[in-house]
Amino acid sequence: MEELALHILDLVQNCAEAGASMVEITIIEDFSSNLLLIEIRDNGRGMSPEVLANVEDPFFTTRTTRHVGLGIPLLKAAAEQAGGSFVITSSPGKGTTVRAEFEHDNIDRAPLGSVCDTVVALLAVHPRLDLVYTHSVNGTEFVLDGREIREICGEDLNHPKIIQWLKSYIAEQEKQLGGDQ
Amino acid sequence: MKTVEDLRKLREEVQQMTKLRDGGAEVKIVVGMGTCGIAAGARETLNAFVQEIAVKSLSGVVVTQAGCVGLCDREPIVEVNAKDGRTIYARVTPEKARRIISEHVQGGRVIEDWVTRN
Ligand SMILES: Nc1ncnc2c1ncn2[C@@H]1O[C@H](COP(=O)(O)OP(=O)(O)O)[C@@H](O)[C@H]1O
Ligand SMILES: [Mg+2]
Repeated sequence: MEELALHILDLVQNCAEAGASMVEITIIEDFSSNLLLIEIRDNGRGMSPEVLANVEDPFFTTRTTRHVGLGIPLLKAAAEQAGGSFVITSSPGKGTTVRAEFEHDNIDRAPLGSVCDTVVALLAVHPRLDLVYTHSVNGTEFVLDGREIREICGEDLNHPKIIQWLKSYIAEQEKQLGGDQ
Repeated sequence: MKTVEDLRKLREEVQQMTKLRDGGAEVKIVVGMGTCGIAAGARETLNAFVQEIAVKSLSGVVVTQAGCVGLCDREPIVEVNAKDGRTIYARVTPEKARRIISEHVQGGRVIEDWVTRN
């Protein structure tokens, strides 16, 4: 995938499929320590030790429509080729956390891309998911808490006109933050 | 800068709009959002549908997602459920998404050239 933001979208799809009611997406960019960190934490059904042991293998999936699971191996490869690391922690009934680290200035690091487009796509199709998105750049933070948006918009949260508004709002905030694109 | 107050106002407008027409969705658009779909551009396709529906102020059209449906070689896959039944389109770009809205959803004509069978 061309953008790390697309990996984020793909991994949150896993969280939704695992029945999560809450997903936290955290991106931390810190230039002084040359770090880009992406963490996706959910409260879904989690993985058994057997699934967890195999999930980084591209020939493993629990779905039945095809025989390879690529989402997790692709993000792992993206992190490792950029001098980073990749860790999943998961326990049945509690949830799953995926954490990928990259060297910020590594020439083999994929660009972050449009997290804005990823977040609005997720809000549009998972309006009942509690999505909390945090992006921090050198200590300055932007937080979009989907629960606050729902408090204002109720069941209209994913109305196309609301989504368009959120898209320009997030884009504005991201521009101010000045992180990777 | 946009503020949360603006969002409150927009929600009121949306509520007024939806009050005018009652009843459920007439058209449901389902975008394949598995790994293959996303790698092939499904995010842009999905966002293009949502944007077009907003810009044209269409009501009764909802956009939703499905996981992998096994048509990975033809992603992005989009299913349109309307009065005329269920249509599956293959390799739907944002450009095609806008034409599906104008010709199929608004005009009622299926774009046969882009239809795929499973
Ligand atoms: N957040 C999660 N919670 C629970 N199970 C997960 C999660 N993410 C991945 N899995 C499990 O790992 C498998 C492999 O995931 P992935 O590499 O994304 O491929 P795919 O989603 O195509 O199966 C999934 O089928 C699922 O069983
Ligand atoms: Mg997956």
